[in-house]
Amino acid sequence: MRYSGFKVFTEGLFGNKGWTPAWRDAAPKAEYDAVIIGGGGHGLSTAYYLAKNHGLRNIAVLEKGYLGGGNVGRNTTIVRANYFLPGNSEFYSHSLKLWEKLEGELNYNVMHSQRGQVVLFHSDGQRDAAVRRANAIVNQGDDAEILDVPTLKQLYPFLDYNQTRFPIYGGMNQRRAGTARHDAVAWGYARGADQLGVDLIQNCEVTGIDIEGGKVVGVQTTRGAIKAKKVGMVAAGRSGQVAAMAGMRLPVESHIMQAYVTEGLKPCIDSVISFGMGHFYISQSDKGGLVFGGDIDFYASYAARGNLPMLEHVMEAGMTLMPMIGRAKVLRTWGGIMDMTPDGSPIIDKTHIDGLFVDAGWNYGGFKAIPASGWCMAHLMATGQPHEVAAKFRLDRFRTGHLIDEEGTGSQHNLH
Amino acid sequence: MRIAGKGLIDRDTQVSFRFNGTSYVGHRGDTLASALLANGLRVVGRSFKYHRPRGVLTAGSEEPNALVEIMEEGQQTPNTRATVQEIFDGLEARSQNHLGSLRWDLWSLNDLAAPFLSAGFYYKTFMWPRAFWEKLYEPAIRRAAGLGNLSPNADTAPYEKAWASCDLLVIGSGPTGLMAALTSARAGADVILAEEDFRMGGALLSADQVIDGQPALVWVEAALAELDSLPNVRLMTRTTVTGAYDSGVFGALERVGLHRAPDAHLPRECFWRITARRAILASGAMERPIAFPLNDRPGIMMASAVQSYLNRFGVATGRRVTLYANNDAARVTARQLMAAGVRVAAILDSRPDASAVEDCPVYLGAEVLETHGRHGLRAIQGRHTGGEFRLDTDCLAMSGGWNPTLHLTCHMNGRPKWSADLAAFVPSDGAVPGLVAAGAANGSFSTHGALSTGHAAAVQAMADLGLTAPDLALPTAEDAPYRLTPLWSVKGKHRAWLDFANDVTTKDITQAAQEGYTSVEHMKRYTTQGMAPDQGKNSNVAALALLADATGRGIPETGTTTFRPPFTPISIAALGAGGRGKTFAPQRFMTSDQASRDRGAPMIEAGLWYRPSYFPKHGETHWRDSCNREVSYVRNAVGVADVSTLGKIDIQGRDAARFLDLVYTNTFSTLPLNRVRYGLMLREDGLVLDDGTTARLGENHYLMTTTTAAAGLVMRHLDFVHQTHAADWDLRFISVTETWAQFAIAGPKARALLNSVLDQPLGDFPFMAVGPVTVGGVKARLFRISFSGEQGYEIAVPTRYGEALFRDLVARAETMGGGPYGMEALNVLRLEKGFITHAEIHGRTGAFDIGMDKMVSAKKDCIGKRMAMREGLNGPEREQLVGLRCKTEFGSGAHLFTQGTRVHRETGQGYVTSMCYSPTLGEWIGLAFVKNGRARHGEDLRLVDHMRNTDCLVTVCNPVFFDPEGGKLRA
Amino acid sequence: MRLTCPLCGPRDRREFYYYGAEDYLHRPAPDAPIEAWDDHLHLRTNLAGVIKDLWYHEGGCASWLLVTRNTITHEVLSVERVADRKGASA
Repeated sequence: MRYSGFKVFTEGLFGNKGWTPAWRDAAPKAEYDAVIIGGGGHGLSTAYYLAKNHGLRNIAVLEKGYLGGGNVGRNTTIVRANYFLPGNSEFYSHSLKLWEKLEGELNYNVMHSQRGQVVLFHSDGQRDAAVRRANAIVNQGDDAEILDVPTLKQLYPFLDYNQTRFPIYGGMNQRRAGTARHDAVAWGYARGADQLGVDLIQNCEVTGIDIEGGKVVGVQTTRGAIKAKKVGMVAAGRSGQVAAMAGMRLPVESHIMQAYVTEGLKPCIDSVISFGMGHFYISQSDKGGLVFGGDIDFYASYAARGNLPMLEHVMEAGMTLMPMIGRAKVLRTWGGIMDMTPDGSPIIDKTHIDGLFVDAGWNYGGFKAIPASGWCMAHLMATGQPHEVAAKFRLDRFRTGHLIDEEGTGSQHNLH
Repeated sequence: MRIAGKGLIDRDTQVSFRFNGTSYVGHRGDTLASALLANGLRVVGRSFKYHRPRGVLTAGSEEPNALVEIMEEGQQTPNTRATVQEIFDGLEARSQNHLGSLRWDLWSLNDLAAPFLSAGFYYKTFMWPRAFWEKLYEPAIRRAAGLGNLSPNADTAPYEKAWASCDLLVIGSGPTGLMAALTSARAGADVILAEEDFRMGGALLSADQVIDGQPALVWVEAALAELDSLPNVRLMTRTTVTGAYDSGVFGALERVGLHRAPDAHLPRECFWRITARRAILASGAMERPIAFPLNDRPGIMMASAVQSYLNRFGVATGRRVTLYANNDAARVTARQLMAAGVRVAAILDSRPDASAVEDCPVYLGAEVLETHGRHGLRAIQGRHTGGEFRLDTDCLAMSGGWNPTLHLTCHMNGRPKWSADLAAFVPSDGAVPGLVAAGAANGSFSTHGALSTGHAAAVQAMADLGLTAPDLALPTAEDAPYRLTPLWSVKGKHRAWLDFANDVTTKDITQAAQEGYTSVEHMKRYTTQGMAPDQGKNSNVAALALLADATGRGIPETGTTTFRPPFTPISIAALGAGGRGKTFAPQRFMTSDQASRDRGAPMIEAGLWYRPSYFPKHGETHWRDSCNREVSYVRNAVGVADVSTLGKIDIQGRDAARFLDLVYTNTFSTLPLNRVRYGLMLREDGLVLDDGTTARLGENHYLMTTTTAAAGLVMRHLDFVHQTHAADWDLRFISVTETWAQFAIAGPKARALLNSVLDQPLGDFPFMAVGPVTVGGVKARLFRISFSGEQGYEIAVPTRYGEALFRDLVARAETMGGGPYGMEALNVLRLEKGFITHAEIHGRTGAFDIGMDKMVSAKKDCIGKRMAMREGLNGPEREQLVGLRCKTEFGSGAHLFTQGTRVHRETGQGYVTSMCYSPTLGEWIGLAFVKNGRARHGEDLRLVDHMRNTDCLVTVCNPVFFDPEGGKLRA
Repeated sequence: MRLTCPLCGPRDRREFYYYGAEDYLHRPAPDAPIEAWDDHLHLRTNLAGVIKDLWYHEGGCASWLLVTRNTITHEVLSVERVADRKGASA
């Protein structure tokens, strides 16, 4: 079924009785050419591009819960391409280009909205770092600009320019950055993959990875054994446990990241604003809620819920940056499990086991990576070669020292 | 309208308030909702999506409809529950979410388009043409969506946060909570009793009940009087426990000042962090609506709310009230209305076999199929076992049964369990460690059940804490069995609302199921059911039941709902109290702070510290004028700068030298007594952590200096290395950063200045010497070190002498043609000399990159040594530290390219980390990292800065621009 | 969340700095193969369940602490000072 305004209109006239399932509720088959472990954004997009770009048809996505139930459904929905280190630059640049065509590609309105994002800086040193970053972004072919305080005051009169602890020196703006409707991204890829014949198998937990003679041959699941020629581990915060089934330890530690949403409000914040000193970023959803977040809770966890210290810190940052949000009420807080790596950058690579691939380590920046992550992981699984824009996301880079550490905080998983 | 003789309001005290510009009068003890109802107002808001007129549904914080804006001078509070907001003289409220007046909302055209706005419609359209999404569709959606308005003004009102701890936290002050509090208070426990309402008593305030043969309120008042008299009990009204967190921590919001006119000296709200050894959840239960066709009209309310408005507020919510229920308990509402003289049009009981004893028409097997009255209910139509009915009625009190208020038990991922008997979810045991649910919150819906389980829970909690609850006679109260037949929805030709706040109807749920969104989480996200301000309190269970029905599953198999904190929304201002303005982070001031400010120096943030940027003089129009002058002080006479912000760590013990050898790449055990050495410190991953000088003050006594930025980091690192790898070494260290005030004195006349303040003239004191001196009889430390390339000293005195010494040094320097210098000059001086700061050692820099790989001693191990040897951190592909010089201005953050190549990420050769105009050299200089840079001295590179529109050639050179031989240092 | 510091007693999480898994305690020999160092600094078992990890009582006694706790429930099972472990010396 193709979605369109006309279809919505005609269905509306006839009681919305004609809508069909967005995807089949598939049961597992005995054997697949490729199995993706993890039905989140990255897993679904990997399956989609395996089918779309590489012509594979016999693919399954195995999801232990429901599709899109992980971080793709629990994030602050920011889409940007403002990294500055080689490795990240080309990858996120590619991802943003895919985002810009995603609705048409998937025939699903993921509400990708290029509202712009400004990252504020608060000292000369931060300004220099922002300029370096902005130049790197432009050198990559993406857009960035430095906004001075008078411009910021026009755009964001509600920021505290006078009384705040860390005065605003300016901001780095990316006009092509923005937000998207997170669930719709998962559902759009799911529907797209399903239409290309991919089996999306929910409530199917992988309990073992079968390896024979150094080669992967299939997986054990709560819904039976499934043979597979290739297996992709795309399990985000749960990557460690999936990899353990293949006897591997990954350079990943799982942490909680909380996010917050307020009650609905009439439009008051038009773009994404990030506070350079307080780990605070905010946007307003189309429904009217202020969606914002800060840092991870900083201790390893699988609880998918956080505690008050970080929550309060984030609120304090919000109050020092934009005290006009004081009367907005926090409606809901939640936590996602983040796969943190020792340099803050991800991994898309083969493993030492033939036919077993890993896509993990997205830290807390995985949402915007979904299109390119799937694109590159699919390329790797189909061709055996890394895609050129993901060639630096190697599993062994911590051993070799080819690090991609944007924060410069070193081999401590929770600091990125 | 008010009913004489009913209610707990203070009839003697009138309160005047305004709603949508019109003045009304209520009484002390009224909520805004009760006062509006008493004044006959029925439409108080507009729904989220279809903009349908809405009235008050409940009498509690779960209210989905009656959300209003509370107005103040220059400020407003959106989405305020009229059912919670108390009225006070001068209260100004207005309705929200409409275009035009509340009565004639232009956005209500959406309601006509409802067939095209079904669940998830926006995912299927607005995709073409692409540019229209951002330009046309989305802005229109955003304007129509949202609820109330935030003020564009800063919220400058006072808010607070507080801590509390107790043995037992009792959440809710109904019969369960009061009984639990009494029991535990008499056992001697420290008890906090937290009540969301402004008055304690819970459901007993609204239900006309009897306890121990007397009106329940008599018992309530006696219990409260006793609790209030006990020193070990804290009673907290207007306090909602909002979240359960790890280790017995609860969040709670106290509405301190929201019930009175704003006062600059009274916080609006206080957010409490309560640490409780045990907790009892006595939060009662919430009545659930019935999803029948057109069930959203103003005048259709929860039966318990009708009862509450009658008994607590003395308000009749209609002249001809109809009750529609699926259970016995709701009948009380009809009986009490009749007893109060309110006409009851009929009792509609969905159960064909229910009793019919009341003194009014009772229709069994009844279904409401249609309602009338756009701006307020006028009539209903339906059928019952005996045929069809049409009733003129202006208030329909509905009851679909009760859901325990178990939200807090879900906050730590606990999943509630389904009770088929109650047709409701009940809390799982142990869902929150240390917390038990009792009373209606645990499914004991009778008053007797509440009292007895509240008592039992407290007895158990006391036993857990090692306390004994004294015997206590349980008061007698009603113990009616809870009987209902589930009724989730009534099918008809019209829409039936589940989630009033988000305008989610039963059809949306079935459509979601039809489209494959059959997981409860998919349904919720696709339809937005449960995501409105009430967080699904009024709709989750019914939506789940409908989804179960649509997918042919039972309710338990379909799933459970997850409630996440907070229980009720909390203002960002309360959660972020203390964060606004300067108090977001501590401010650290040097001893010279006032002296610098006295001289007009702009103070800039350096981490948490404030440091002078420069010291302006009359006639200087640009900071660079001042900076150049201050540089010339140091190069030509003498300059004085406060460098106290650098971290100072005093290290002592027989193994101090051994320890320094482990944490530094170079060797400190060989450092002679009374000498200083520059040290490089790596993280264990081989990249540079920090640099600085360390002095040997004694055989087993060192003083380490860190950079300002890394002082805390280094301390933590040293503690780690000590306690994990060297725990049994003879070693102690402590931060003395704030113990000493330290001033740099640099320039050709530095020694002369020093000699003018020292009690004894300086003897032989070579470069990198350290030793004790006295200044005005005060013991001080003198270091011969330089961050400027000139003859330099740093003198340290106990902090209390800092300001006096700084003022004295500056005054003397000025007589010698010098003076104070600030951060800008300090930066120029260090750049001329090629010294690095955290602009260069930014966490991605290795010893190799800054040309210090030779400083990593081959003779010993050190932290970071092994990982620094990784291939990726060494070799010509690495960007290496170089100097840059240019006749024209360039900026930090510019990127560098080989001449003749295109400007692209792939061709980038490096970037500028720091730059300045060097008055000494008369040109622009900088430090940069360049691929294979040490081999490229002399090469001209193309510098491109898109942000500053710079595109020029710069010459790569040695990073030490000034006095590379170091002769001046040693002079 | 609260931790019971062996020296200071039960304290709020805000007083503590989190570092990472106990792997950081096991520093390989300087000449150990790179795999050992990779294990020490980067690779993690990352268990969902009971683990031991390292915290620093930064806002208290400056003790580095080895905490045994459950990463699913956040239950804290024990806290000991790193320096008090058997064989804590280098």
